[in-house]
Amino acid sequence: MHKFFIRFFVSSLVLLFTFTVAAIAKDVKAAFVYIGPTGDHGWTYQHDVGRKAVEAAGFKTTYVEGVPESADAERVLRQLANSGHDVIFTTSFGYMNPTNKVAKEFPNVKFEHATGYKREHPNVSTYAARFYEGRTILGTIAGTMTKSNVIGYVASFPIPEVIRGINSFTLAAQKVNPNIKTKIVWAFTWYDPGKEAEAAKALIDQGADVIAQHTDSTAIVQIAEKAGVYAFGQASDMDKFAPKAVLTSVENNWGPYYVDRVKAVANGTWSQKDTWHGIGDGMVVISDLDSQMPADLRSKVKKLQADLASGKVHSFTGPIYDQKGNLMVAEGKTADDGMLAGMMTYVKGVEGDIPK
Amino acid sequence: MIIDINFIGLIIASIMASAVPLILASCGELITERSGVLNLGVEGMMIIGAISGFALMTVTESLIIAVFGAMLAGVLISTIFAFLTQTLITNHVATGLALTIFGIGISAMIGKNFVGIPGKEFPVLFEGLKDIIPLLGPILFGHSIVFYFAFALPFITSYFLKKTKIGLIVRAVGDSPESASNQGINVRLVRYACILYGGAMSGLAGAYLSMIYTPQWIENMTGGRGWIALALVVFSTWNPIKILIGAMIFGGLTIIQFHMQAIGVRIPVQFLTALPYIVTIIVLVVISRDSRKIRLSTPSSLGKSFHKDN
Repeated sequence: MHKFFIRFFVSSLVLLFTFTVAAIAKDVKAAFVYIGPTGDHGWTYQHDVGRKAVEAAGFKTTYVEGVPESADAERVLRQLANSGHDVIFTTSFGYMNPTNKVAKEFPNVKFEHATGYKREHPNVSTYAARFYEGRTILGTIAGTMTKSNVIGYVASFPIPEVIRGINSFTLAAQKVNPNIKTKIVWAFTWYDPGKEAEAAKALIDQGADVIAQHTDSTAIVQIAEKAGVYAFGQASDMDKFAPKAVLTSVENNWGPYYVDRVKAVANGTWSQKDTWHGIGDGMVVISDLDSQMPADLRSKVKKLQADLASGKVHSFTGPIYDQKGNLMVAEGKTADDGMLAGMMTYVKGVEGDIPK
Repeated sequence: MIIDINFIGLIIASIMASAVPLILASCGELITERSGVLNLGVEGMMIIGAISGFALMTVTESLIIAVFGAMLAGVLISTIFAFLTQTLITNHVATGLALTIFGIGISAMIGKNFVGIPGKEFPVLFEGLKDIIPLLGPILFGHSIVFYFAFALPFITSYFLKKTKIGLIVRAVGDSPESASNQGINVRLVRYACILYGGAMSGLAGAYLSMIYTPQWIENMTGGRGWIALALVVFSTWNPIKILIGAMIFGGLTIIQFHMQAIGVRIPVQFLTALPYIVTIIVLVVISRDSRKIRLSTPSSLGKSFHKDN
């Protein structure tokens, strides 16, 4: 009986605390819809880190994980909107149409769609991160650190986001080392540790001594560690998985944006926006640079990082040619956001074809 | 591309490493099916083994506890299946599917606290001999104990089914539970044992993935390998040696298609990705054409409930 009372007391306290926090936060409730499980340690995991930041700022949050990009998404969204959520973040490209459709039915609920471009109703905003800026940094490091001049790249699916990353990476690597070759292997998965490991092994066996990845698991950096080659962390700092191999990581940092937007809802200042933040706004974060990199490279990277942040340097500065030698971006110009958003051609220097 | 002899050795070694979980899970399921039970829960048992092995390794830091714990976890979850299908006489297919869904869900729940933790290095044997012999060195040496066990297992399984008394009992139960029962064999007991054994092997296969192959925990990390293991059992016509061949072809093509991509072979990538599935099925169907042999090795009572000896 004694134990029961302690438990009762503690749980009442917890309940009381929750209610108090909710009251302070003016009852603004935020919901998050995830494509994968929060345990993927990649894309969804990072969004959930952002959600926890919102929670830490005193707001109530809910999340639904593993929501397919189908009619199911609509049902989940409608249910969340019906159950008193004031702002709903939909964190995958495929939720674009469901988000807009449900937004029409619930004009008082705010919708925030990640990586999309459709804002059909005043209560829909979109946001994305300029990850390609991070890949410019990775390319610079890879081009400098490679000895075999073969760089491996494990890609996921042929969509503009991934192609843009490959291009930005290759352009930067070529700039510091015109002799490099980027070998691309498509794994056709966002995360399957076994498959990613096999893809990385194949690239290493074929002479790649730096491996970049656009898939989410930590398998690739672990394989690189075993094989004694370099690699880069994806989405979160993966240094602890492969302390020798990982030179740096590009981290997705959604927290500040999420807190900002939920606060705006609470203050009544929320308005429709299209956000595309990069290194400068802190949405793309470069982890600590490994000490194996020579000091001059490290300072060069630091400078590049600052220049990308200030806008002095753009990842896609002309002249840029495609594989056939056609001019994509003229000398002195930079690629505009429209071109970046729909980028589906390789730049010169990337080997192979984009899978159709 | 540099083709030297060690390069080929390395590729073969990585093909073998990728075949290990398939061989383990398939050989376990083969025994289960040979006793007449169809357990579609392989994927679920594997993922439970994966999280259990990884969690125990992280918490206790003992390899032995982790490996045996993963097998025990596979046994425990398959006990649920055994109880439902053998004692409560539920439908094998539905129960097996439920087991997979249950396994994926519960592993994700247990795994919440283990995401983002690097796994420990698993010790390998004969590392020193690897570089002494060209070609064969990397193939034969420098692997984990589970690796060697997996490659011995098809032969042990084959011997067990053909030459030992218990093996013959298992087959008798799978082929004609009524006659076996009339002979005084406790059909339900034999099937229980075979289901639990299958669970242990699936658990070990999962532990191999999360502790040795890619030492980490990620939700759904088995990525459908349990289903491939199930398919291998059927397409190999319940022959453990053909399971070995099928698993090697499957693993081999998965890896070779990545190599082909990296070399820049101009074949649509989607076709290359589908290649392992297509070729494995074709090869196994072709090498198992003898219909008389198929009839002999197919457990006739597969998937049928037996409730005579209560």
